[in-house]
Amino acid sequence: MRDTPSSPAAASFASEARRGLIDILPLLLGAVPFAMLCGALAAQKGLSPAELGLMSAAVYAGGAQFIAIEMWASPTPVLAVVATTLLVNARHVLMGAAIAPHLRHLPGPVRALYITILTDESWAVGMRRATRGVGLSPGYVLGMIVPFYLQWPAAGVIGCLFGGLVRDPARIGADFVFTAVFLCLVVGLWRGRHSTAPVLAAAASATLVHLAVPGVWYIFAGALAGTLAGALTAPRTAGETRDDG
Amino acid sequence: MTAEGFWSLDPMNLAAILGMALVTLATRWAGYVAVARLNPTGRFKAALESVPPAVLTSLVAPMTLATGPAESIAAAITVLAAWRLPTLAAVILGVGSVVLLRAVMPMA
Repeated sequence: MRDTPSSPAAASFASEARRGLIDILPLLLGAVPFAMLCGALAAQKGLSPAELGLMSAAVYAGGAQFIAIEMWASPTPVLAVVATTLLVNARHVLMGAAIAPHLRHLPGPVRALYITILTDESWAVGMRRATRGVGLSPGYVLGMIVPFYLQWPAAGVIGCLFGGLVRDPARIGADFVFTAVFLCLVVGLWRGRHSTAPVLAAAASATLVHLAVPGVWYIFAGALAGTLAGALTAPRTAGETRDDG
Repeated sequence: MTAEGFWSLDPMNLAAILGMALVTLATRWAGYVAVARLNPTGRFKAALESVPPAVLTSLVAPMTLATGPAESIAAAITVLAAWRLPTLAAVILGVGSVVLLRAVMPMA
């Protein structure tokens, strides 16, 4: 038997993993300054690098961590921090439901890892891939989620140790990377008139709630309003024939 | 920083971190488990298909519509660019324009 360096399956796994990494890379580079800022803010609140590293590895949710660290005090307001985290991350319920039908063909461990460390970023990139008819492969999912996961606690601990490194991500526009990528994803996911109602309802509700109510209720309000708008404006035959334009 | 400072773990902080991790894990699995065995059709399917644009739009709404003219204009440039260019090019254009526009416009 000939000695082949890599089987076709392994080669396709590697190229799929590379594809996943390339697709998440802009978001990964945008997240690093925020991970470091998160660490720097945690240090100011008296959290140790070990505590911040543990939080970033175990909670692994940027928005919730920023808000929780902002609330951190002595003694630690455990209940308030946990309740706020639950509210900020409530959108994950909708996100997990939306991606579930696209994961059935994946091996169990890949599926479980994807859901366990689901983020806005990896979810959005995965949804775009899944809904463009290409479908998600194990290589693509792992190439996307593993590097994105590792940078968060690593850069967080660095930021915690050297707090002065990143003072203001807005100066280099890093605070806009997230917005820019997500706007591109909305364009990429655009499906003509099917998308108009969800996007308009979400934009209006999220903006109004953001202006009227302090905190992060706007995320859930906008997500819910947009989802309901999509359901209510769907044609009767939505289940059978939908053009994927 | 001393080694003890680096590794210090306060019990209350630990409790808060573990609580945060558990509720976050619950939010990640709840929706997935609810839908994993279903075959969504009709309005329910339409609702699920509306989640991505709805969530993404909600996350960017404050920065795009309620921060300042620099951010709103840069967002419009990003959306127009995304229609024609690859994502990376549109993102670089969007982030570049926000840095320039913030330099010439007062922050809201």
